[in-house]
Amino acid sequence: MSKVEFNKETGPREVFCGLTSIVWLHRRMPDAFFLVVGSRTCAHLIQSAAGVMIFAEPRFGTAILEEKDLAGLADAHEELDRVVNDLIARRPEIKTLFLVGSCPSEVIKLDLATVAEKLNKRFLGQVRFVNYSGSGIETTFTQGEDGALKALIPLMESSNEEKLLLVGTLANNVEDRFKKIFRNLGISNIESFPPRQSTELPKIGKNTKVLLTQPYLSDTVRDLKHRGCEIISAPFPLGIEGSTEWFLAAAKAFKISELKVHEIISPLINRAKLALKSHKEILKGKRLFLLPESQLEISLARFLHNECEMDLIEVGTPYLNKDLMKEEINLLPDNTKIVEGQHVEKQLDRVRESNPDLVVCGMGLANPLEAEGISTKWSIEMVFSPIHGIDQAADLAGLFSKPLRRNQILTSKTLVTH
Amino acid sequence: MELTLWTYEGPPHVGAMRIASSMKDVHYVLHAPQGDTYADLLFTMIERRGQRPPVTYTTFQARDLGGDTAELVKKNIKEAVERFKPKTLLVGESCTAELIQDQPGALAKGMGYDMPIVNLELPAYSKKENWGASETFYQLIRTLLKDKVSSSEKINPLRWKELGRRPKVNILGPSLLGFRCRDDVIEIQRILSEQGIDTNVVAPLGASPNDIKRLIDAEVNICLYQEIAETSCEWLKRNFGMEYTNTIPIGIKNTIEFINEVHKKLDLPLTNKKELENKSKLPWYSKSVDSNYLTGKRVFIFGDGTHAIAAAKIAKEELGFEVVGLGTYSREMARQVRATAKDLNVEALITNNYLEVEDAMKKAAPELVLGTQMERHSAKRLGIPCSVISTPMHVQDVPARYSPQMGWEGANVIFDDWVHPLMMGLEEHLIDMFKHDFEFIDGHQSHLGHTATNTKDFLNSDEKKEKNSKEGIIWTESGRAELTKVPFFVRGKVKTNTEKYAILRGIPEISDETLYDAKAYFS
Ligand code: SF4
Ligand code: SF4
Repeated sequence: MSKVEFNKETGPREVFCGLTSIVWLHRRMPDAFFLVVGSRTCAHLIQSAAGVMIFAEPRFGTAILEEKDLAGLADAHEELDRVVNDLIARRPEIKTLFLVGSCPSEVIKLDLATVAEKLNKRFLGQVRFVNYSGSGIETTFTQGEDGALKALIPLMESSNEEKLLLVGTLANNVEDRFKKIFRNLGISNIESFPPRQSTELPKIGKNTKVLLTQPYLSDTVRDLKHRGCEIISAPFPLGIEGSTEWFLAAAKAFKISELKVHEIISPLINRAKLALKSHKEILKGKRLFLLPESQLEISLARFLHNECEMDLIEVGTPYLNKDLMKEEINLLPDNTKIVEGQHVEKQLDRVRESNPDLVVCGMGLANPLEAEGISTKWSIEMVFSPIHGIDQAADLAGLFSKPLRRNQILTSKTLVTH
Repeated sequence: MELTLWTYEGPPHVGAMRIASSMKDVHYVLHAPQGDTYADLLFTMIERRGQRPPVTYTTFQARDLGGDTAELVKKNIKEAVERFKPKTLLVGESCTAELIQDQPGALAKGMGYDMPIVNLELPAYSKKENWGASETFYQLIRTLLKDKVSSSEKINPLRWKELGRRPKVNILGPSLLGFRCRDDVIEIQRILSEQGIDTNVVAPLGASPNDIKRLIDAEVNICLYQEIAETSCEWLKRNFGMEYTNTIPIGIKNTIEFINEVHKKLDLPLTNKKELENKSKLPWYSKSVDSNYLTGKRVFIFGDGTHAIAAAKIAKEELGFEVVGLGTYSREMARQVRATAKDLNVEALITNNYLEVEDAMKKAAPELVLGTQMERHSAKRLGIPCSVISTPMHVQDVPARYSPQMGWEGANVIFDDWVHPLMMGLEEHLIDMFKHDFEFIDGHQSHLGHTATNTKDFLNSDEKKEKNSKEGIIWTESGRAELTKVPFFVRGKVKTNTEKYAILRGIPEISDETLYDAKAYFS
């Protein structure tokens, strides 16, 4: 492990809770519905995180707990039953219904597992019920996906077929690209988890080789291991370097020669390097501060330093799974300062002191930092945009060069602010 | 338990945040889990503010629950006070904290600070955002003015005369995340000032705790947003005898009535009505021959109470529309909305469920929808033009230009905003006169684009279904040929109407004659 500096911080945090992951999960699995059992706050959160309202009939909703539900838990179960009935009557196309726990439902100890079990019996053959928690007292932002995937694992049948399983939500086009490259490498049996339809869950077993596409899936990985899957240790497929290492790790697990990998991906690499060039010119030597939010921070820092030559001031992460991040941390430059957890005020003090050129942060903090003259990039954009793979390296860099370019255009020629 | 897909209002503590963020020198310590910090983006992204809301969240986690969350609250209060040095501290909890009952307000009061501390108890499981805002504003005023209640005499609205100065009023209710509040305040202050009336304090928007203490220096309160200010106005009336206004100055008639109401309360001479009317272009634009096409346009209105009621009145009396639906999500204002609806002979729709609103909209078949962003989306799906008149806030509703809803300029803005989604009169007239021009017949595109596609596609797609319409009605050659001659932008409507007519009359085949019969029938 390289000599990175680990720090922990506690205090007021400024991160989304795990409910937010519904916003991309429901797009991935259009036959699923996510029903949050929570409060008006929870409903408002997903609404605000998803823009005011983009979807006419969204595939997520909230069963809002009311005073009477809090008084008697038995009633809350009945009420939930009623809501689910209504929902399924209204949306007969739903195949999987996720009951998503929230802070209030956890605090009052609403037992969603039992509810799901009962409903599964009642709707047998029609709708499957799965439950997990996206609560803010247990999970941050992307961890919600971890919970949702973990909840699906028991539904996955066993199979000893040899296969490569890509784990973590990907954009469809990225997924297609990856599959094509793996096929060219000679790996033909490839599946994704989560799949594009909630009902098409891959089968898993001791010959399943798991390659993670997202770094925030600790619990999912643990359960996949319990099912006998082999986890391929690799950095994450962000940027040329990360993706190359990722392909190499997979190839190794499938006993494919390194040479073959290089043969297949080097044209892609050359093309990507060309595309990266203009972004690198802007990013080179610029100082980057990453506030904790998406769990992608460490991989992003690695990419932006190693391939775009940015200087890292601080790399925040809401929590750190050193095991999963091992390969990434190894690629970081010496003396990188990683800060796990958050004290948002102190962190912002450090931002101001260090006067970075670019800050990666949550949506709540972006405009205030811009108003102080600091360029920003929203973390949430990273989980919504196709950024994985060699082909997307330049697009990924573009997400960071754009605010800097914009800043240049506006301050040098046109606008004078404050 | 209530199932919601989209909601019109956030939880009550978001209402409290609106008050805190609107003001200066106030800080709000909110006992809440980390995910609740999303609320910051309402202000920094949607309202595009360059400052973070003055809120410290305790962001407790599950592992804190076993331990001492009360200590966590105190630690955060201490840090917030030291860092932000507020003049008044608001302390409250979000839905989750309410369940663990730490009573942060009481904890704060026990910490020995000498600044006023407002303990906010906002029941998250029964109340919503506007109520939370109203309650917070009221509690803040009460806390800051309670020492003065007993010593003060009732405020005489005419005392400005004795004091030998211009009369002073407070403008109460405008807040962040309120619909166009920023500009409304400017407009109303300008109008009052023209009438010789000074603004003492605007609150909560831009006010500090010191300003709140000065509220009683004014003679009258202007209750600009009833959702937020009415409780406070009522309290100020009860305790200090301060009169407050009831009319919301949206639209010409209401603006005039508002000015009259203020004048009456302050015993100022009334201004000439005609002269006032000329201050806005709405009356003339509405009367101009171009606006003839607005006559009896069917409009469906849904929004917060204040804006929905105002919109109904303007629609009917100032633009000559026919109101075919009126509703609100503000349960607190249900009574007033019902009364307005009754005057208009429609049934008021009081609901939180945007799908119910969509159904009602579909049934009412309006030509224009005045609603919130939710209705804009529903209307888009139904192919009906829509203008947004109310919160919940969208980044689009925070325009860069000056665009109030109130007063004279507000009326101008409303005329433009409501009428532009419709086809303009001059345009509609011209198109009507030239509708037989080849431009509007198949194979040619007008600048309007191909909204209703051309007849060929239109009928071809039907041909696949054996030349039948959905209801099993057949279009004959002559019928189809005639339909081709109808300008494409009304073709869809003509087609549906004709089919509707055919069904009504039990006519199995539509010929050119059927089309004309239908036209006569529906005209
Ligand atoms: S679809 Fe339009 S109105 Fe809806 S959230 Fe997006 S930009 Fe806003
Ligand atoms: S933090 Fe908890 S209460 Fe808040 S939105 Fe997330 S799950 Fe709901």
